[in-house]
Amino acid sequence: MRETHAAHRPLSPHLQIYRPLINMVMSILHRMTGAALYVGTLLLAWWLISVSAGPHYFDYVNGFLASWPGRLVLFFYTWAFLHHMLGGIRHFIWDTGAGFEIRTVNLLCWLTIVGSLGLTLLFWTIGYMVMGKL
Amino acid sequence: MDMNMRTPLAKVHGLGSAREGSDHFWWQRVTAGVTLVFSLVVVIVLVALVGKDHATVHAAIASPFVSVPLLVFIVAGVSHMRLGMQVIIEDYVHTMGLKMIGLLANNFFAIFIVLACVFAVLKVAIGT
Repeated sequence: MRETHAAHRPLSPHLQIYRPLINMVMSILHRMTGAALYVGTLLLAWWLISVSAGPHYFDYVNGFLASWPGRLVLFFYTWAFLHHMLGGIRHFIWDTGAGFEIRTVNLLCWLTIVGSLGLTLLFWTIGYMVMGKL
Repeated sequence: MDMNMRTPLAKVHGLGSAREGSDHFWWQRVTAGVTLVFSLVVVIVLVALVGKDHATVHAAIASPFVSVPLLVFIVAGVSHMRLGMQVIIEDYVHTMGLKMIGLLANNFFAIFIVLACVFAVLKVAIGT
């Protein structure tokens, strides 16, 4: 298996050769947000454990999450989740065989990024309203 | 004469040489769909609990209307991410030993996260 990559043959053109296109960027972001959410489950597990551990530890974890670095991580976590979710819906549409005209592909991809950013801002606005800070 | 060396039984099973068929593809989508549906409940609950104290959060998760969807979300979501990370490892890690370690670590991580989350939710939901 290792030997297949040892020979110095010319490689096929890779990512950096191409001008970024929206569908390619969304494909890369789908995998990257998926990987980020994978690591992010540690945060969900930590928070749930803190709820079960009692008020003292819960306040400690909540204090970290409410700090500016904590909020930055949670903001990115929210976006990664919503982006991966909308990307998944896009893939469900493609799984039916629909939406493969290039105009539709581009439209669905733009909807993914605009939708994920918009929904993230919406949820955070609601979150701050729930806290009574807006 | 039929030159195909595959047995009639193998053709009927349609599972290919890895004996898995389209299982991975299929379960990736099933777990995605379940996670998507139950995330609606989880996201609403999480947004509603922003900034709340321990007693409020504890009481919310203790409700079966929250804990049951939360448990389904966790099990489906972690299954989904395990399948996804498997593909990432298979795509980028080509050294046999590293790949084996990566795939094993992926399974252990998924089991660890499921156990931690499910234990925490059950402890809150069932009491003490």
